[in-house]
Amino acid sequence: MPDVTREAEMAAVLEIEGLRKTYRSRRRGTRQALDGFDMRVEAGQVHGFLGPNGSGKTTTLRTLLGLIRPNGGRMAILGQEVPAALPTVAGQVGAIVESPQFFPHFSAQDTLSLLAGAGGVSQTRVMEVLELVGLRERAKDRVKTYSLGMKQRLAVASALLKNPKLLILDEPANGLDPGGIREMRSLMRDLAASGMTVVVSSHILGEVQLICDSVTIISLGRRVAAGPVAEVLAEHSGGGLRVRLEAVTDLPAAVELLTRAGARVSPHDDHLLVYEVDKPATVTRTLAAANLYVSELAPITVDLESVFLELTATAPVPGQHRQVDQSVVVDGTDSRTNGGWGV
Amino acid sequence: MGGVNLYTTELRRLAKRRFVRYLTLAGLLVLVAVAVGMFFTNQKIGPAQIAEAERVADRDYRQNVAMTEQYRKECEQAKAAGDTSTDRFPTECADIQPPPREAFQADWHLPASFDFREEFGRTLTTLTAVLALVAFVGGASFVGAEWSTGGMMNLLLWRPQRIRVLLTKLGALLSALFGVTVLTGVFWTAAFWATGSFRGSTAKMTAGVWQSFGLTGLRGLVLILVAGALGFGLASLGRHTALALGGVLGVMVVGQFGLGIVLAMAQVRFIESWLLPTYLLAWMDKKVTLQNWDACQASFTGECQPLTRDITWQNSSVLLAVGLVVVLGGAIWSMRRRDIT
Repeated sequence: MPDVTREAEMAAVLEIEGLRKTYRSRRRGTRQALDGFDMRVEAGQVHGFLGPNGSGKTTTLRTLLGLIRPNGGRMAILGQEVPAALPTVAGQVGAIVESPQFFPHFSAQDTLSLLAGAGGVSQTRVMEVLELVGLRERAKDRVKTYSLGMKQRLAVASALLKNPKLLILDEPANGLDPGGIREMRSLMRDLAASGMTVVVSSHILGEVQLICDSVTIISLGRRVAAGPVAEVLAEHSGGGLRVRLEAVTDLPAAVELLTRAGARVSPHDDHLLVYEVDKPATVTRTLAAANLYVSELAPITVDLESVFLELTATAPVPGQHRQVDQSVVVDGTDSRTNGGWGV
Repeated sequence: MGGVNLYTTELRRLAKRRFVRYLTLAGLLVLVAVAVGMFFTNQKIGPAQIAEAERVADRDYRQNVAMTEQYRKECEQAKAAGDTSTDRFPTECADIQPPPREAFQADWHLPASFDFREEFGRTLTTLTAVLALVAFVGGASFVGAEWSTGGMMNLLLWRPQRIRVLLTKLGALLSALFGVTVLTGVFWTAAFWATGSFRGSTAKMTAGVWQSFGLTGLRGLVLILVAGALGFGLASLGRHTALALGGVLGVMVVGQFGLGIVLAMAQVRFIESWLLPTYLLAWMDKKVTLQNWDACQASFTGECQPLTRDITWQNSSVLLAVGLVVVLGGAIWSMRRRDIT
């Protein structure tokens, strides 16, 4: 977890505490979409907002932007409580929520021009952002002729139109070609470098790991992990070591020695995974004392994807068809709800 | 300033909407067709037309006299031959007499002529009906398509003031309808004035008559604005254009035709007083008098008169106001309360 004092020192652009949202449906009963969700994003960061389908990501973003009324909790953007201060801060928040939705018979230029008009943004900015997202040549074409990736670019352009301090992008890489994904990555980096805070929700975890400074992972409407990417990865690597010996036949003896020394050992065909040792030297010393020599000793590294799958318990299991609401909350208890789709 | 931005933007959005453009154009073309049709199907009545009508009436009379004479001769021949088997002839052939000359009036043969004073008021109802339909469908589409395509959500991300956004959109719609109606009304009046001038009469146009037309036009304008607001409100309530259009279709088919049939079977008096078009007509004509021929109301002279019931424009105004408050109130309440997903 991030250091509390350091966190307090840094300016939070987005704060969510104990956010709750309950959907009530006569047919499907009551479903807790958000169950005391917390989130904090600091200024100038690219922050990844991750969660499986149906975990509450889009509900969180919609609630934050005033589209959905929460049942409890508090939210603040740029230090101002929302939704009360939304009319004041809206000019500083650019957002795309879920799939890009535009009136299909207007051109991209008209679409942005009307948004600029409604928001009091200069019309000259319209062509600037279309240029930025690579749609200048197609600016006068009707949106219905656009591919998903082009609509996504237009959505990003609409979010950038205000030159916001906080940019919220829900699945911005959705439908983009590989070149587009790379462009989006560098765009986000550039925006963050210029001082903009970017919150990006994505399922492309490799991308998130590459571009994000920090992440929040949500599962079943609750935060299951948060903090700088490196810290989240370190926390969930388990501090384990991968150990190989010169002779594979020595592995059983090594297991016994290390277990006796207090370590937790997980044997594999040609190596051991060793946990709960204070430092790597303990392993080499213990084994060398019994004339067992280590050929490889490396910390176990994990990627964001494996941490995500572990935390949300959404890793595929052969022969099983996981349903969208089958994931876990922070304490690991399986609290399946009656929900389904409808983030 | 922000409010003005939003208002002008919504006006721009409305003007850019292709469906709204085509719909308005179609409505205007219908009106042009009516105006042109009225121009060409009417004629000015002058001495030449009166002389022609007299000539035709005279010719008809003479033809009738000749036919009657021929018939009487046939009758007399049949009687002389002792043929009494046929019912073709009356008992006395002398009873066969031609109708009097007065029975052939020249008036019947005069061409249609547009009397501005008498007829322009009725054309305002046509104008109102067409523009009210355009207003309803256009109003529904304007906000309904915004909801169903996600445009409304996008806009609310920019202007997170739901009620202001909804009412500004409504304001833009109503002011556009106002402008289109007033302009069309001016052209409509000019077109029928021309028809009256060149194809009829514009005589006896007093200030009072103009005032009466003005008030009818004003009621028409109000009805058009109400239709637009109702279409807008229904589509916003259902968050889809189809709700407004389907709702109206449902009301017309089930609520009007169905209700009419049920009421007729139940032998309810003054069935029309339960039907919406009666109130719309009463709004435009100031009063509609319904008659019930199944009941007799004896007059002082012993004549049997039907029972009557008046539906006035005041009755209609209550109905329109209640409809407007319920639909727009519901739309505003829904906008305030419901999540936007």
